[in-house]
Amino acid sequence: MDTQITLRVDGADRPLTVDTRTSLLDAMRERLGATSAKKGCDHGQCGACTVLLDGRRVNSCLVLAVTAQGQEVTTSDGLAVDGQPHALHEAFVDHDAYQCGYCTPGQITSAAGVVAEARAGWPSAVTEDLVGDQVDLTDDEIRERMSGNLCRCAAYANIVPAVAEYATEQGVRA
Amino acid sequence: MTALSDRPTTHAPAVGSDVRRIDGPAKVRGRAPYAYEHELDSSPAFVAIVQSPVARGRVVSIDASAAEALPGVLAVLTHENAPRLGEVVEEIRVLQSATVQYAGEPVAAVVAETSEVARDAIGRVVVRYDSEAPDVVLSVDRDDLYAPEQLMAGFETDSVIGDVDAALAAAPVAVDVTYATPVQHNQPIEMHATVARWDGDVLRMWDANQGPHNLVPVLTSAFGITEDQLHVVSPYVGGAFGSKAFTHVHQLLAGMAARVTGRTVKLELTRQQMSSLVGHRTPTIQRLRLGAEADGTLTAISHEVVEHTSRNAEFAEQTATATRLLYAAPARRTTHRLARLDVPAPTIMRAPGETPGVYALESAMDELAVALGMDPVELRVHNEPARDPERDVPWSSRNLVACLRQGAERFGWAGRDPRPRVREVGRRLVGTGVAASTYPTRRRPSQCRIEAVPGKATVVSIDASDIGTGAWTALTQIAADALGVAMAEVDLRIGDSRLPKASGAGGSTGTTSWGPAIQAAAQALRERVHAEHGGQLPAGGVVVTGSSGPGEEVERFSMHAFGAHFAEVRVDRDTGEVRVPRMTSVFAAGRIVNATTARSQFLGGMTMGLSMALHEESVLDAVHGHFANHDLAEYHVATNADVGEMDISWLDEVDEHVNPLGAKGIGEIGIVGAAAAIGNAYWHATGRRVRDLPITPEAFFRGE
Repeated sequence: MDTQITLRVDGADRPLTVDTRTSLLDAMRERLGATSAKKGCDHGQCGACTVLLDGRRVNSCLVLAVTAQGQEVTTSDGLAVDGQPHALHEAFVDHDAYQCGYCTPGQITSAAGVVAEARAGWPSAVTEDLVGDQVDLTDDEIRERMSGNLCRCAAYANIVPAVAEYATEQGVRA
Repeated sequence: MTALSDRPTTHAPAVGSDVRRIDGPAKVRGRAPYAYEHELDSSPAFVAIVQSPVARGRVVSIDASAAEALPGVLAVLTHENAPRLGEVVEEIRVLQSATVQYAGEPVAAVVAETSEVARDAIGRVVVRYDSEAPDVVLSVDRDDLYAPEQLMAGFETDSVIGDVDAALAAAPVAVDVTYATPVQHNQPIEMHATVARWDGDVLRMWDANQGPHNLVPVLTSAFGITEDQLHVVSPYVGGAFGSKAFTHVHQLLAGMAARVTGRTVKLELTRQQMSSLVGHRTPTIQRLRLGAEADGTLTAISHEVVEHTSRNAEFAEQTATATRLLYAAPARRTTHRLARLDVPAPTIMRAPGETPGVYALESAMDELAVALGMDPVELRVHNEPARDPERDVPWSSRNLVACLRQGAERFGWAGRDPRPRVREVGRRLVGTGVAASTYPTRRRPSQCRIEAVPGKATVVSIDASDIGTGAWTALTQIAADALGVAMAEVDLRIGDSRLPKASGAGGSTGTTSWGPAIQAAAQALRERVHAEHGGQLPAGGVVVTGSSGPGEEVERFSMHAFGAHFAEVRVDRDTGEVRVPRMTSVFAAGRIVNATTARSQFLGGMTMGLSMALHEESVLDAVHGHFANHDLAEYHVATNADVGEMDISWLDEVDEHVNPLGAKGIGEIGIVGAAAAIGNAYWHATGRRVRDLPITPEAFFRGE
């Protein structure tokens, strides 16, 4: 069944017609021409499709497009402001935190989400202080929290310092 | 233009610098177009594939009526109505007959207006099969093992020097051990995808591959077209590791679907389909026998390999070829035997041959060191061959010993207590291990065209491929130096079958093949401008081509990169969990073109080796013949949390023999041997020798 919806992607309202079975990821990639978020598995296993939905990271392949109406969808491309790269964009380039680049937009939106979660005090499996106001994004915290984003080129050891640099700038890393 | 004068360039050399990727800013924002992201405005149709659940048998009937009746379905292709393909190898003769040769083989394809409708429709195609029980279990006891005529890359199937059995029998110290490696899958994060359209009699494809020219002979033959009627475009590729090197069935299906419907079609394999449709690393069973004098001098090396291939293809992986050169020994033997099984065709996966083979050899060397009571670094150094021990030619350069020494120094190997299971930190047993690495240095013929026009960036065209290696950047560096200009003055064009023919990305041959071709074209430009234009680039510009390829050095020298891995392993004695808190690796890989991207290549290889050691295994269902764990939830690859400190360095190696660039290739050397270093450290931590990968937590509790 087709239905008319409006998605707000990277700050722009985008009216479109979708099959009600269409995922947010496919709506962006196949109907809106918004291809920053990538498809690596379509099952929420690889993280390449990670976007921010009202600021929280989600696997967009697991979100039905019709449920994303009225929410702000942000891809890595949308993190850039006025054409200027986001600090995470620069950190990933500086640390060579990628090779083929396919998982990278998902890594970057995920990293943006990680910093927000740490600021909000959300603990992870490796957090010692479960009731703190803010989490200190140590290397181990970054490794744990970024493990939903697979990188087969295996740039992990470069992704950690790239995210750490941004976390430091944002005041969530000692 | 300094490029064309005899004056030295005023630019600092780009080669050897650590300049960042030129495609980085586009990639981090997600703006570099991968295959599926082309032709966004073309109102494409979408293709979905119906796969056989049967591994061996034939299609008896197909009823596509329910699928065809679904609104939005444009066509259902089956072996009864699909276009006939021209001559192609058996393993990709898709939809050409009723025969089924592996579980997952395509038996129908749906073309529909949307991807949702296409995927809905494949569930409505009713296929009946006649089937037999498949034969998919590899063992050394099979009575149908056979010796292939030759191995991949033209290697001899067997090599025998001296009386190996007598030398083994006479050896004061010997080991006789068997290792097994499982099926592994390449799993690039970009799923294989093809966009196809026929513009009249010209087939256009935007495709994820490791070099458009790799596809040209297959696609032209399959569709009965000339090279001029084919255009394959692949500027950015989301990882490959071998699975995107060759033409697979989906590219043919895309071309067929586009021809039948007259539409631009998009075909993206699902992650699950990649387990059967784009190849896998063959499983191996490897018997290693090493004999040595009491002082550690190797007297015999025997490496016997059993591995699988498919009913529809002969894929003979060169698993033991590194054993032919890594160490000196007077008596030596390597053999390869294949079992033809009802499985999909295997393919190349990062360092095919060396990755499983050196894992086994370097594990056995560790076992020999233990049997000798000798330090495993010293055992390797002691058996360093002065010349290639089987070809009896000199090395172009060989710095394995320097890698071992430097690695030992950086890792803190000195003073290591050789006893197993005597170190504990909390609940964790701690151990360290070492292994050597080697990978052949090769190159393939490649051509380059340069168009120089005053006042414009110089256009450098070559059908090279960047699958994440950094080729966009490295080749721009090489071109800038060859032309004597800044990188910004080079306009590189790669990843297009209409560019000058070049070899694909694979086998660590990219930079070593493409770089010299670019250098040759730049030299041709210089000569042309001097000879015909008095050293001044004419207003109308100049176009030249250059080519380069392997020469007599191939016969005169044994050419290889080398490396040494050191790993620390910690094993939880309560859960069996294995962690690798740190690795140190040192490489001797000739000239390093870009320090930043090279380090990433080494890092990626080492991490994939860690992943092989601890995580990766595709499980073949013995009853039904399919891969049971065919997605990324169940086929585990290393995640961020699995990787600790990675210390990577390389020697300033100069090798003037290998090619004009002096580079040896770096895509594979990082993975080779890495799993052995981890397995050896696991033994040192636990006292348990695990000889079948991966080393999962339950291995710690298994009976010996």
